[in-house]
Amino acid sequence: MAPLLSEQIERIYTDERDRILATLIGMLRDFDLAEEMMQEAFAAALLHWPDSGVPAKPRAWIVGAARHKAIDRLRRDALFRAKFPDLQRTVEQAGEAENPLVFEAEEIFPDDRLRLIFTCCHPALATEAQVALTLRTLCGLTTEEIARAFLVPAQTMAQRLVRVKRKITEAAIPYSVPPAATLVARLDAVLVTVYLIFTAGYTASSGAALVKTDLCGEAIRLGRLLVSLVPNQSDPAALLAMMLFHDSRRATRTDAAGDIVLLEDQDRSRWNHASIQEGSEMLCRSLAGGAGESRYGIEAQIAAIHAMASRPQDTDWARIVALYGELKRVAPSPVVDLNEAVAIAMWRGPEAGLEKLAELEGSGRLAEYHLLPAAQARLLEKLDDRQSAAIHYRRAIALARNDPERRFLAARLAKVSSPSVFY
Amino acid sequence: MQYLLLIYSNESAAPDTASPQFIAGMKAYGEFTSEIKESKNFLGGNRLQSAATATAVRIRDGKTLLTDGPFAETTEQLGGYYLIEAANLDEALGIAARVPGAKWGTIEVRPVHPMQAPA
Repeated sequence: MAPLLSEQIERIYTDERDRILATLIGMLRDFDLAEEMMQEAFAAALLHWPDSGVPAKPRAWIVGAARHKAIDRLRRDALFRAKFPDLQRTVEQAGEAENPLVFEAEEIFPDDRLRLIFTCCHPALATEAQVALTLRTLCGLTTEEIARAFLVPAQTMAQRLVRVKRKITEAAIPYSVPPAATLVARLDAVLVTVYLIFTAGYTASSGAALVKTDLCGEAIRLGRLLVSLVPNQSDPAALLAMMLFHDSRRATRTDAAGDIVLLEDQDRSRWNHASIQEGSEMLCRSLAGGAGESRYGIEAQIAAIHAMASRPQDTDWARIVALYGELKRVAPSPVVDLNEAVAIAMWRGPEAGLEKLAELEGSGRLAEYHLLPAAQARLLEKLDDRQSAAIHYRRAIALARNDPERRFLAARLAKVSSPSVFY
Repeated sequence: MQYLLLIYSNESAAPDTASPQFIAGMKAYGEFTSEIKESKNFLGGNRLQSAATATAVRIRDGKTLLTDGPFAETTEQLGGYYLIEAANLDEALGIAARVPGAKWGTIEVRPVHPMQAPA
């Protein structure tokens, strides 16, 4: 039996809305108007397709219908004309044809999603605004969903989206793919935004759940889109590989009760091997394209070593330490130093790791970061220095950001504080 | 689109007018100004007297209040501006990056409201 028409339209909406919206924004030069006209065009599809059948090229039909509706409004509504003074010209430039059927010639509409990505991630926009607008337009998340994901009131998020769209219009941020001279720098801003979406999803910054599944999925979807739209650049493939490797552990990072399971304790047979496979392909592709020296290429290689080790003891820690050394050179940060210290502990023993962590603590650069005392506590525990371990676990609990992290640390604290230590 | 490039820098850290840095800065501005004047982008521009010469005017309850000094006390002061024509923000940002003061101060790029743009 053929799927119901409403289901078919819903599927077209899910699969094609970002591309349709990108085309309409390019055509109408207004984010809100484009979205409104798209909604009206889908409503028209629900009305007309039961009689006419689903057109051969539904995306082109929707774009044509949306453009039509904008032209209708221009003709009817003087207020509308005043609000969008440039619309008449841009709509007319977009094509002379009045009949939506003419738009079935698909090649009239190139894929505009890359222009949309570069506009949403323009460096003249605040990072949090870039993230919000990308999720709203390219991922189709509602304002409420984005607000929930970033723990701000819906009203605040709505205002943020209004402001960012106004800036794009009023400052005339171009709807274009940047020229070759600035492409790499601009692409970097895009990758940072995608990475931020992924990390926001990977570890919830507060609240009850450890992983915000949707954001990771959306970031991976954006990564795949970038790989297909800028195939000659190696960093998007490297970023995608890294996200896939990390996300392959999603099912095993917490147990049935929602408690954290450490990497070394995870059931590796339950890692998502399709994700690891896709990640490996992306990593090979990015390294062949020269990503070996870039931040994302190095991080993807580190993630790959973890993902490929079938047992924890098979992990090539020496190689990981070497890669962190390279990462420190390309993208220095105290979190990289912390990860390097943990890798050194795994490679050369807890004392060597603790020495590095003490240096880092002395620098004061991670004073608010719970994973520093947590890492120290873990290594002290391995050395059977339970009293010092307990002190560090308490420090980590005070700084932890979400419930599973606090529960995990509290459980470790209980273990090292067992009465045998004190009596 | 018209954009105003507002040139901010720290006046108290400005080099002495007899110093080589000051002369080099003036030379760079002279070169940039003649360059942009020859381009299609230039609509206007001026160097301002120091912020100490500013007077702020406010009318409150029908009374005119005058205050000595600029509107806001900030670490960097408005020292001049260019009014330019550019196709879009990217072009305007590219021009702003060429203003010599970008190397030691800050160039704020503001789109001009189309309703208030001079004809």
